[in-house]
Amino acid sequence: MEADEGKLSVIIDKYDGDRSYLLAMLQDIQREYRYVPEEAVRYLCGQLRIPLAKAYEVVTFYKTLSLKPRGRHTIHVCLGTACHLRGGPGILETFERELNVQTGDTTENGLFTLETVNCLGACALAPLVRVEEKDFGKTTPANAKKIIREFHDGEEL
Amino acid sequence: MMASRERLYAIGADYRKAISGYDKIVKICCGTGCISSGALTVYDELQRVLSKRGLSSKQILVKKTGCHGLCERGPIVVFGDDEILYQNVGKRNIERDIAALLATINEDKIEDELLYKGDDKTKRYMSSFDIPFYSGQTRIVLSLNGVIDPENIEEYVGYGGYKSLHKALQMNPMEIVDLIEKSGLRGRGGGGFLTGFKWRSCRQAQGLPKYVVANGDEGDPGAFMDRSLMEGNPHGILEGMIIGGFAIGSNHGFIYVRDEYPLAVYRLSKAIDEARHHGFLGRSIMNSGFDFDISIFRGGGAFVCGESTALISSIEGKSGEPRAKYIHTTEKGLWGKPTNINNVETWSNVPYIIDRGWEWFQSIGSDRSKGTKVFSLVGKVKNTGLIEVPMGVSLREIIFNLGGGIQGDKKFKAVQTGGPSGGCIPEEFLEIPVDFDSLTKLGSMMGSGGMIVMDERNCMVDVARYFLKFLIEESCGKCTPCREGVRRMHEIVDRICRGDGSMGDIEHLEELGKAIQLSSLCGLGQSAPNPVLSTIKFFREEYRTHVQEKKCPAGVCKNLITVSILPERCTGCMRCAVECPVDCISSEKKEIHGIDQSLCTKCGTCFDVCRFGAVKIS
Ligand SMILES: Cc1cc2nc3c(=O)[nH]c(=O)nc-3n(C[C@H](O)[C@H](O)[C@H](O)COP(=O)(O)O)c2cc1C
Ligand code: SF4
Ligand code: SF4
Ligand code: SF4
Ligand code: FES
Ligand code: FES
Repeated sequence: MEADEGKLSVIIDKYDGDRSYLLAMLQDIQREYRYVPEEAVRYLCGQLRIPLAKAYEVVTFYKTLSLKPRGRHTIHVCLGTACHLRGGPGILETFERELNVQTGDTTENGLFTLETVNCLGACALAPLVRVEEKDFGKTTPANAKKIIREFHDGEEL
Repeated sequence: MMASRERLYAIGADYRKAISGYDKIVKICCGTGCISSGALTVYDELQRVLSKRGLSSKQILVKKTGCHGLCERGPIVVFGDDEILYQNVGKRNIERDIAALLATINEDKIEDELLYKGDDKTKRYMSSFDIPFYSGQTRIVLSLNGVIDPENIEEYVGYGGYKSLHKALQMNPMEIVDLIEKSGLRGRGGGGFLTGFKWRSCRQAQGLPKYVVANGDEGDPGAFMDRSLMEGNPHGILEGMIIGGFAIGSNHGFIYVRDEYPLAVYRLSKAIDEARHHGFLGRSIMNSGFDFDISIFRGGGAFVCGESTALISSIEGKSGEPRAKYIHTTEKGLWGKPTNINNVETWSNVPYIIDRGWEWFQSIGSDRSKGTKVFSLVGKVKNTGLIEVPMGVSLREIIFNLGGGIQGDKKFKAVQTGGPSGGCIPEEFLEIPVDFDSLTKLGSMMGSGGMIVMDERNCMVDVARYFLKFLIEESCGKCTPCREGVRRMHEIVDRICRGDGSMGDIEHLEELGKAIQLSSLCGLGQSAPNPVLSTIKFFREEYRTHVQEKKCPAGVCKNLITVSILPERCTGCMRCAVECPVDCISSEKKEIHGIDQSLCTKCGTCFDVCRFGAVKIS
């Protein structure tokens, strides 16, 4: 992709081009593109006058930043302790099988990215699955399949 | 706008006047748990129906609050000053429940169906004061959670907020430090370090400017106390930090919150804006001449960033690698300047101590652990949620009285405290008082307050493997014992779970664990072996069975179990077949079911859903 310099400048200006806000800028970029495109990192480093390696060190260190493009919907399966104990791994397996992807990857049609998280803070509803803003509590393998259908519906495949 | 004492009273008075104009107050819990169960729909529907009707002769205030505690039974709706508590509102039938809420609002009619039911299913509890989950608690930092609208500063002030700040600003900073020290408050972020002592070293440290930081990273999986505080009562944290800043001699505060907590970030930002607007933040706070401001820093979701030196690197815009602590952060922290980091809950305690005095705080809790502690009680317990208890109450009290015992009346097996740095505590120690020192003595930890209850269907070796895997992923990789050692421990435990364990593995794990504890650079590595060492200590037999007999008594480790259906018990209800994720259960209605062993992934779902005990795991 081409880095949209206009958009990136807005982000950089928001922090007055202060390098110590590198992480915050990268988070904003991630929010804009749903991942951190290489071109955006290059542009950012140029503007802030920092080596590319430094930005990559930060991008790869933090979990919430991703260098890979993501699908239209990201399915977050919680594997925090409460969710692990109440059957989270089985839910993850079901998604992997039904979507035919490995955790961390995106389906071929670009519709779903499957990811795990370490607690979404609603442990009472374990095992928890989050798709976009929507949470699905006390998930079972059967409703994992329903979740896929819910977000498939109305979408071209 | 400058806030003076008069202004503070005026805000409070305005609020009380506004509130007295309402006939009914309806509080809808909009903490993360309840939102996940559909609380926002309940709120929107109720508002819609109320405004459409417009006929009610009564003035009704419907407000969104932070977590009320009983997340398992959310969405929670509370009337007045907790006189009526409804649970599971809108879960089964939203229209019927909205109608019930209206009937309560208009005619004071109580809907039995929505009340909390006791264990025997006959007793219903009307008010939260009577429900054992609540009546066993002492709420200090949570006292306004679930009560006030966190997005409205007037409510906070109306309930006495920022009064302590005003009081503190009349005091001598050193007097405040003394008072916090005498109260016995210890840090709630895990280590249990004496807060007043830390403040004193930071106050006395050379160098300007000084910084105060609230650690709201909360990387512990299965813990949501800090999040609930940030979402439910953000001003309480701000007030604590401003007082701390004044006592220490700092004009700059940071709150470090992880990016995965968007609601917490939003509510904290809003609170900061409102506090600034009313003159509780900014220049010459409450006309005292003291300047202080707070910014939010969004972390990137790395567990190690909760560690204080890593957190500092992270705020400085670097990756979050810890450094050795020869020099304390109180002397050289953020940008090389004296920095005082406290956990969010620690800060929240401060206004209460200023308000009621150190003697009061000191009178709560156990010998060397003063005050209360907030726990997130989760796992296989009936009432999962957020609780606050005086330190020193027993584990049994927490799990069986407040928590209501084990789900499905299964057998209690262990409780895990302290997250990845802690350990598992078995039944024989249920009577021990929960405080910093007793938990440490058992090889576990208070940690930040996650309490995860396990039953007979949880395998302790699997739990150990779970934490090791978590820690491998979260280790920053800077030092060898942690980077390589924890990985090696995981390999061994994983092998045991897969049925390839050999004699000597357990002893090897113990040796390796001790070496890692002694030689790692930061707290992550130093405590990483705890989950393994404590499970070996208390459940050695379970390890031995895995290694020698190649069996998993809890029925979790896949290579060591088979799942089958007992023909004599199966009723042919088809429940298991519907839930089986790989459709490997042959089924005809009313016929005995069978499992195709070649396809079965041994997930145990059929076991968990069968109501007739017809599934056997062996
Ligand atoms: C690996 C690791 C993770 C930590 N995570 C947190 C955390 O998420 N929140 C927190 O307040 N403290 C955390 N701590 C403890 C902090 O380093 C620090 O002791 C604490 O924030 C100090 O505040 P307190 O004195 O109020 O407890 C962590 C420590 C380690 C070693
Ligand atoms: S102990 Fe682990 S997390 Fe801590 S510095 Fe060493 S490698 Fe990093
Ligand atoms: S759920 Fe139990 S009783 Fe029902 S069909 Fe399955 S094994 Fe048989
Ligand atoms: S254990 Fe899981 S995969 Fe095997 S039969 Fe039961 S539900 Fe199906
Ligand atoms: S462990 Fe999954 S939401 Fe907390
Ligand atoms: S989120 Fe509503 S009770 Fe916890």
